[in-house]
Amino acid sequence: MFDESNIVVGLEIGTSKICVVVGEENAEGAPNIIGLGQSLSNGVRKGEICDQEKVEHELRLAISEAEQMADVEIRSVYLGVTGGHIRGFNNRGKHPVVTADREISEDDVQDVIKNAKAINLPSENTVIHAVRQNFCVDGQDGVMKPVGMLGSWLEVDMHVVHGHANRLQNAIRLVKGMQVEVDDVVFNGLASSLAVLNNEQKELGALVIDIGGGTTEYVVYVEGGIRHSGVLAVGGDHLSNDLGHGLKLPLSRAEKLKRDNGSALVKEENRGQTLSLLNEFGLAVKTVNVEYLQRIMSLRLEELFEIIAQELEQAGLTNYLRAGVFLTGGSSRVPDIEKLAERIFQMNVTHGHADSVGGITAALDQPEFATAIGLVKYGALKKRQRVQRPNLTTGLKNMTNMVGRLLQRS
Amino acid sequence: MEPHLSLAPEENPKRVAIKIFGVGGAGITLLSAVNTSEFAGIDFVAVDADSPAAANATVKIQLETKLLRGLGSGGDVERGRAIAEEQFSTLKSACEGANVIFILAGLGGGAGSGISPVLAKAAREAGALVLAFVTLPFECEGNRREAQAQQSLEALRLVADGVICLPCQKIFRLVDENTGVVETFQTIGRLLLEGVRGVWQLLVRPGLIPIHFSDLCSLLRDRHAENAFAFVTATGPARAREAVEKILSHPLFDDGRVLAESNAVLVSLTAGKDLTMAEMNRVMDHIKRQCTHAEIIMGASVDATLQEKLCVTVIAAKRGLHTNKEEPALSITPRGEATSLLPGHHRESSVPRSGRTRRAGAKLIQTQLPLSIVSRGRFDKSEPTLHQGEDLDVPTYLRRGAVWQ
Repeated sequence: MFDESNIVVGLEIGTSKICVVVGEENAEGAPNIIGLGQSLSNGVRKGEICDQEKVEHELRLAISEAEQMADVEIRSVYLGVTGGHIRGFNNRGKHPVVTADREISEDDVQDVIKNAKAINLPSENTVIHAVRQNFCVDGQDGVMKPVGMLGSWLEVDMHVVHGHANRLQNAIRLVKGMQVEVDDVVFNGLASSLAVLNNEQKELGALVIDIGGGTTEYVVYVEGGIRHSGVLAVGGDHLSNDLGHGLKLPLSRAEKLKRDNGSALVKEENRGQTLSLLNEFGLAVKTVNVEYLQRIMSLRLEELFEIIAQELEQAGLTNYLRAGVFLTGGSSRVPDIEKLAERIFQMNVTHGHADSVGGITAALDQPEFATAIGLVKYGALKKRQRVQRPNLTTGLKNMTNMVGRLLQRS
Repeated sequence: MEPHLSLAPEENPKRVAIKIFGVGGAGITLLSAVNTSEFAGIDFVAVDADSPAAANATVKIQLETKLLRGLGSGGDVERGRAIAEEQFSTLKSACEGANVIFILAGLGGGAGSGISPVLAKAAREAGALVLAFVTLPFECEGNRREAQAQQSLEALRLVADGVICLPCQKIFRLVDENTGVVETFQTIGRLLLEGVRGVWQLLVRPGLIPIHFSDLCSLLRDRHAENAFAFVTATGPARAREAVEKILSHPLFDDGRVLAESNAVLVSLTAGKDLTMAEMNRVMDHIKRQCTHAEIIMGASVDATLQEKLCVTVIAAKRGLHTNKEEPALSITPRGEATSLLPGHHRESSVPRSGRTRRAGAKLIQTQLPLSIVSRGRFDKSEPTLHQGEDLDVPTYLRRGAVWQ
């Protein structure tokens, strides 16, 4: 058996599938994928659980499959969350450096981060992530490590991802109810971007779009840090639904047509082409125009990209994405989707590959698993941080606290 | 954009042959009002169930049959339609030789409502594009006439390439209480005339930024509520601003409210050779700001005879609010491709529309997509995904009004 502490598990409860990825940290602390479990998901709509019982059952299947494959017992997971209620925005915290010599100390850094996190959220919302971007000392932007520098004002830009507390809690409670601990809750978009991007691309500036079954997450990295993120509750389900509506087909049929004949752009050879649908006896029951099928899909995806492009335009980030756009998620398998995206974003668009982890490579190169793999990566990073930085100041604080308490008691 | 180098109208090699038909009593009255020296070179045809003797028209057609014994249609649409169908070949031959046919009619009565759809069909069969200018009756004229008018309007929409309709009730905003009946009707006539003139100018004046007739048709087709149109002129150094003010305060536009609600707007500017880009920009800018949700089709042309005048024609079309029971059809051209195929005009994508379906369309081109109810399909029970007021769960192709032909 493996030592429990080496195991990092990512769990994504997605709209189309539930996916459990088991990673094992090697000696250098890099994750190695050793197990994968998945099951079809029926109790989730637009990334949020709507049928607890179904999800519980399917989750159990996925976990046991992953446990068998990796030959470990899963005790805790990093849980990916998404949903239309999740928002990301940037906030700037400000803190005066009050010491006589104006030297910025570790305490000042902690304080300014605390200030930046103190934001006006609706009372029912909770912060999922607060990611530090850059420090700014007396108006000098782009400071990475301000400790030891001189200055009178220390500022920090944070990217805050927040969501509806109860809705997030639903997923957490469901997992905990199965005697599995939740190490951390991670925004799916962040996880996918971790899986897909390497440091160089983050530094250059990149946009990751994860088009899943029920939702689409997007995350923008500029100069190595997250600058923008968001969720649109539009995904592959919408493609199927549009097709079902437009071509008058049941959803399952539409889903199959989407996979077999779908395209993000109307293909020249399919113009005017029709397709006969057969029933179980091989008789043609309906003809479907492939051109319409592809145009319906094209319009939906075009709109999706346009909304994201518009958002980036408003945030003024379009010119910072030198590494281009990375597509991932199950729905990014639609043929020609990169051409469509290229047309809308006017920049290089590629399919993202989760190639920065080792292990079962056949499983890794699928866009559907980017989030779950990213969750493992996130977990591994978190663990490493904890090991590498046995925080001296907090350790000391804890000790003084303890001493204080002891004194109080006596 | 491709600026046409020839500016004078007579140098235009592809002259459109236009015929204007006045149908029924009201239509013939309107026709007489239109038949002025301005429209020289256009054939005017008067069509009525009884004798259109009073008409000031080049051709007069009396659809006289034994059926009616020389009397009129008697306010009965069915009778009007019956005689028109009987004389279909006469109507068709009257339509020969024209590229574009305007039909002027007052809907609600027997002749106008009954004959116009048949005439439109005949004209189409004769190979012409059909644009109908019709009035809807006053509310005080009673429900039956209203119903007949609506029915006829639907029928007309199915066959005509475009219908511009003016509900007479709206006239009350233009005239005060003391205005005489004659004057009121003159106002209606003038308004419709302005519409005809505006469209006529679009078609015959060579455009710097031309508006194709197909643009006009695609704008008017499938829009099931009334269209509002305005034709304003302004002179002087501040003519652009004056024109904009006139448009925005135009009574048919409800202080610009119609523009804000419309989802397709056609703007055509005509001026003398001194038309500046800044003027065009100013007018378009203001109109664009008024109708953020609309698809805008813009045209500009130069007419040396206008001297210092700036004429602006605005046609605003709004999708209907009441749904049609008939088998719908899709029309217009696909987004994106349309713009590339038709150079020289500017199109903006049409956007938010409240959760209503596209109303069913004019011609039965393809019957694959019946869009009478807005369906959110599998997202029926889930929280709607709203983005800038648009429900993203409704299929995109519905909201964008896409289009298969």
